Parts: sequence; structure tokens; C-alpha cells
Amino acid sequence: MEVDYSGDIMTLNMGPQHPSTHGVLRLVLKTDGEIVADAVPHIGYLHRCFEKHVEDVDYAGVVPFTDRMDYCAAMNMEQGYVLAVEKLMGIEVNDRVRYLRIIMAELSRIASHLIAAGTYGNDIGSFTPFLWCFRDREKILDFFEETCGARLLYNYHWVGGLMHDIKPGMEQKIVEFVDYFEPQVDNLNRLLSDNYIFIQRTANVGIMSPETAISYGVTGPNLRGSGVQFDVRKDEPYLGYEELEFEVQVGKGEHGPVGSCWDRYMVRIREVKESCKIIRQAVARLTPGDVREKVPKRIKPPAGEVYMRTEAPRGELGYYIVSDGSLKPYRLKVKSPCFTVMSAFREVSRGAMIADIISILGSFDIVLGEIDR
Amino acid sequence: MESIAKLLQAIPEYDALPELLQFLIPIVTSCVIIFALLALCVLFMVWLERKVSAHIQDRLGPMVVGGWHGWAQTLADALKLFLKEDIVPASVDKVLFKMAPFIVFLGAFAAYVVLPFGASSFVTDLNIGILYIVAISSLSVIGIIMAGWASNNKYSLYGSMRAAAQIISYEIPAALSIMAVVISVGSLSMIEIVEAQKGSFLNWFIIKNPFIFLAFIIYFIASLAEVNRTPFDLPEAESELVAGYHTEYSGMRFAFFFLAEYANMFLVASVATTLFLGGWTLPIPLLSEIIPGPIIFLAKALLLIFIQMWMRWSLPRLRVDQLIYVNWKVLMPISFVLILGAGWMAIR
Repeated sequence: MEVDYSGDIMTLNMGPQHPSTHGVLRLVLKTDGEIVADAVPHIGYLHRCFEKHVEDVDYAGVVPFTDRMDYCAAMNMEQGYVLAVEKLMGIEVNDRVRYLRIIMAELSRIASHLIAAGTYGNDIGSFTPFLWCFRDREKILDFFEETCGARLLYNYHWVGGLMHDIKPGMEQKIVEFVDYFEPQVDNLNRLLSDNYIFIQRTANVGIMSPETAISYGVTGPNLRGSGVQFDVRKDEPYLGYEELEFEVQVGKGEHGPVGSCWDRYMVRIREVKESCKIIRQAVARLTPGDVREKVPKRIKPPAGEVYMRTEAPRGELGYYIVSDGSLKPYRLKVKSPCFTVMSAFREVSRGAMIADIISILGSFDIVLGEIDR
Repeated sequence: MESIAKLLQAIPEYDALPELLQFLIPIVTSCVIIFALLALCVLFMVWLERKVSAHIQDRLGPMVVGGWHGWAQTLADALKLFLKEDIVPASVDKVLFKMAPFIVFLGAFAAYVVLPFGASSFVTDLNIGILYIVAISSLSVIGIIMAGWASNNKYSLYGSMRAAAQIISYEIPAALSIMAVVISVGSLSMIEIVEAQKGSFLNWFIIKNPFIFLAFIIYFIASLAEVNRTPFDLPEAESELVAGYHTEYSGMRFAFFFLAEYANMFLVASVATTLFLGGWTLPIPLLSEIIPGPIIFLAKALLLIFIQMWMRWSLPRLRVDQLIYVNWKVLMPISFVLILGAGWMAIR
């Protein structure tokens, strides 16, 4: 879009305290009236020295810290770390643990995408979807609470297994929830996704071409929203995702160019349904077993390094661990999906209007806890 | 007002008071009555809005304060707002900042003078009633710009600029659709407009004349924009502009903005009731004798307010350019056609 910036430029400091920056993000906008000439994100307000801190914590003690990165999908955060340590130590877990991990990860993905969709509705000015989404998310959090006692930060995945088995009869409840939940997605579509105003606000806004997305290393729903078929669960399966049937949803550009805000939003909505499919299959495959493998009490991986990537709700989450053979990681580096998409923000938002900035930011679905760590 | 003046005559030695007082007392009394009724109405509307939004969103809304369905919640909130410290930030233009909420409220309040709530329940019957409403209600734009400018806050400035652009442009289709009614009646007086719709449902302009039915829809949409309701609530777009022009306000001054917003909502609903839905008349023989006019009027206005709330809690918000597009390229041409149509119907 060609814009004439000849008018007076006003600097608008959006954030770090602002209702729509999804945390403590600060955007410095150069505005010409309602048009934004440049939007520079400033991150780091939530930096908690995660990577340095965990160098002084033993391997099992790192798990609660990983929870606090992406607090909207803590299950997926700890799963990635635990899988990385297990890969380093060469631990194989049994089928029950595998499928329980998949169930928990997918439930967590649904909960996380519900936050994304709900807050996105809120960003566009519709408050009702937000509460509808949170109503259903509550039910998922209830499952987590029944299983491990926590509703937000779980510490549920342990190296070599899980903290607890699920309660007897919970498989049935989860399937009932999925049966209840799938029609709710259609309700949400009727209220928000197919709303004319919503489409007008998002469909031609914030176009991220596949080339841009790939060159910035964008992953997850944001990449798939640009029409690139890439999902770690499919392309580099872990935990046995290869045995389960599901489709990788990509943005199709029904309303305008591919890679718009609407596409990114819709990919999440469709993924929620795919997650429901995965949960059904995983519950059907649950076999009795012990949820804790025999692992030494003091986790002491051999010297070496490992990179493990998993598909978190916000994209590809990578853990790179260097072990020197001691009880604590020598170095731990996280490849954060939100950080990479944030780097593309400036390019995607160029020439947008103030209202579009909010809709682009919301469609990226960032969590500042994970960007800043 | 005449009836109030007559009532006052009954007070012993009222005639002995100076002329000026005899002139002022009825005015002040009717203002106080209108203000009290308005405050009551707004309290009820805020409670209603909370309940409506809550049920749309699968929650219960206020349930505790006052006992029955939290009826006293807004009362408690209003009390809290009035008792709060009146914060005036250091860098604001103090005079304008303090005045702005009252000017915004004045614009809404002054229009109530000509609203006919019942056959004899009105303050005054101006012969240019509807024109007066259109004119005086645009006064609030000045207050909004004052608030935005005086706040010395960029978000406030954006909010007030959006509000000015929006309210002024949407006044045109709103006024044009009002004109369609005026053409059919041949009078600007609110009372005469209602009198013209007496007798039968078929006399209500919304049913009587297809052009005026469309004019009603245009007026309803334009009035939503005039009172900054979703999908046109850009001036206070929370997700973009924090709280728009009332970002810096708190306590009583914020309460006045709030009061003005709901007073405006009620005003546009009342105008629509008067112009299109037959005002206080109810053409059902027995019921119209039992139910007093103001109750019928309120019921019709509240129905429209309920629709406003229903839309607010289901629709997202438009963007600035889309908002202006809807006004100038969709509503304006249609309302011109409607005026032609209504004029043709009137002289036919």
C-alpha cells in the first residue's frame, strides 16, 4: 500500500500498559492521522533470565520454570522440555504416558486457541466471544485441576513420565467434553468468524506472504495462515503423532489474499477441531500402564547436546540443551515461536491504520512471557 | 411546564413573589423533575445493559447488591463514583477539562425539554421541536472535543477527533430521515407528529409509509453512530484507544460522561419512538385508557434500547474508513431517495 506520509507525524507510545498489547509489549507508532507509518515493537519488559536461571537448577527443577514461559499453554511448554531431556538420556516412555501426553497437549492447545480467538474478538470490538471462549476453557482447566491440582502452571510432565495418572473415569469425561465442545466452535463461527464486520476488519489486513513468513522463520498457525503446510506434529512426528489421523490446516484466503489476519485466526479455529479429532483417537488408544518409567532419582544426562522441537499452540517450540554430564544443564536455549513472529510485525504492519495494528497484533497471538522469557 | 405553573399557583401568596421568581420557579422545577427522571432511567438502563450483556455472554450479571437480581448495583456504583476523589491531572487545561463533561451532558439533557412523554406530560411544545433536538444534541460534540483536547493525552485526542468526525457526519443521514417524517406531517412540532399517528396501528409511520419504514432503519443506524454505540463505538474503542476521550477522567466527571452516554441513548430511542412508533399512543381501545401515556412511551423506547444493547453485545467494531464509507456512500444516498419518496407520497 502506497501512503503519503507528508503530513505531520505524531509518535504514539502504545504500551507497555495498554489493553490490547496482550501483556507488557510496547509499540512505538509513528502515526499520520489514523495511518501508521512505522510500528516498532520494544520487548523485554517481562524478562526473567529464564535461560541463565535454569543453569543453576537441576533437570527436574527446570519444568516449573518452563511453565511460566507461555502461561496460556503451559502443558506444551513443559512437554517440549521433558521430551528434550528424555531424548538426551535415551528414555523411552510407555504407550499410556505417550497418549496421556498427547491428550493433555491437545487439550492445552484448545485452551490456548480459545484464548487467542476470544481475545481477538475483543480486539476487534466484540466482547461476547471472549466470554464464550473462556466458558469452554474453564472446562479444560477443570480437567487439569482434577489431574494435577493446578489450573494454570501444572508441573505435570516429568522426565520419564507424568506426575499422576488421570482420575478413573476421566477418559469418558474428556470425550463428553469434546462432544459438547465441537458444536460450540460452530456457534463461535456464527457469532464471530463469519460476521461481515469481522471479515471486513480482518480479511484484507496484515497480509503476510508465504515468502515473508518463511524468511522471518515464522512458525505455527501464523505460518500456516500464510498457506504454508508445515506442522512439526506431521513433518517431524514425536510422541506417536504419526499414528493419529489429523489434517494440517492452512489459510485458504476465502475472503481476500492468503495470509491475512482472518486466515491466521481461522487456522486456529480449524485446528481446534483437529485437536478434538486427535483427542478422540488418543483416548480410544489409552491402555493401562504405569505413568512413571524407571528413571534414576537424580537425573543426570550424559554429556552432549540435544535439540528437540515440538508443535506448541503458537508454533514450533525448540529446546536446545547442552549437558556437561552434571546434575544441571550447562546451557539451555529456547527457540520461541512468538519471538520470531514478533520480528515480522514491523514489516507486516507497515502502512496499516491504528485499528489494524491491533488486529494484526491480535492475529499473531503472542504471549509476552514466552518472548521475553 | 404549564401544568406545573398551574400547580404552583395553588401555593398561597405565590402571586406575591417577584415576577422574576414567578418566571424562574416553574423552569427550575421542571428541570429538576426531568433530571430526576432521567437519572432514574439511566440507572435502570445501566442495570438492564449489564443484565442483557450478562445473559448474552452466558453469565448472570449483578446478583447480590440490593437482593433481587442486584437491582441496586448501579445505585452503589453511582454512589461510589460521586464519592471518589476528583482527579484533575497536572498537565491538563483545567478550565476546559472541568467544563467538558457538563457540556456533553447538557447537549443530551436540553433535548429532553421537547420530548412528549404523554398527551400532557412534556415540558414545552416548541413549534420547531424536532429541529431543536437535532440542533441541541450536536452540542455534545463540542464537549467531546474539549475533553479530548484538554486532557493532553494522545488517546483522548484520537478519541475526540473520531467522535467529531463520526457524530457530525452521521447527523446528516439522521436529520434527512427525520425530514421524511416531517414532510408527511407538515409540522416540526413533536406533539403534532404524534397526533398525526393516532387512531390505528396503520397510522404509525413505520407501517403507514414504506419510505418512512426505511427512514426508520436509517435513523436507527445513524443514531447508533451518534451515540457511539457498537458497531460504531470507535471514539471509545477500548482495544485501540484505551478509553478514548474519557481516558483521563475519573469520579464524578466520568459519571457525567457516562450519564450523558445513556441519556443520549434514551434520547435517540425516544425520538425514534415519537417519529416512527406513534409516541405515547396505543391504538388498542381498552388498554390505551388504562395504561398512562408515559408508560407506553417508555415501553416503546426501552424496546429500541434493548435492540441497541443486543447489537452492542453481538457485533464487532468498524474501522474509521469503513465507518465514514457507510455514512457517505450508503446511508446518505439512500436517505435522499427516501426524502424524494416520502415527498411524493405526501403530495400524491
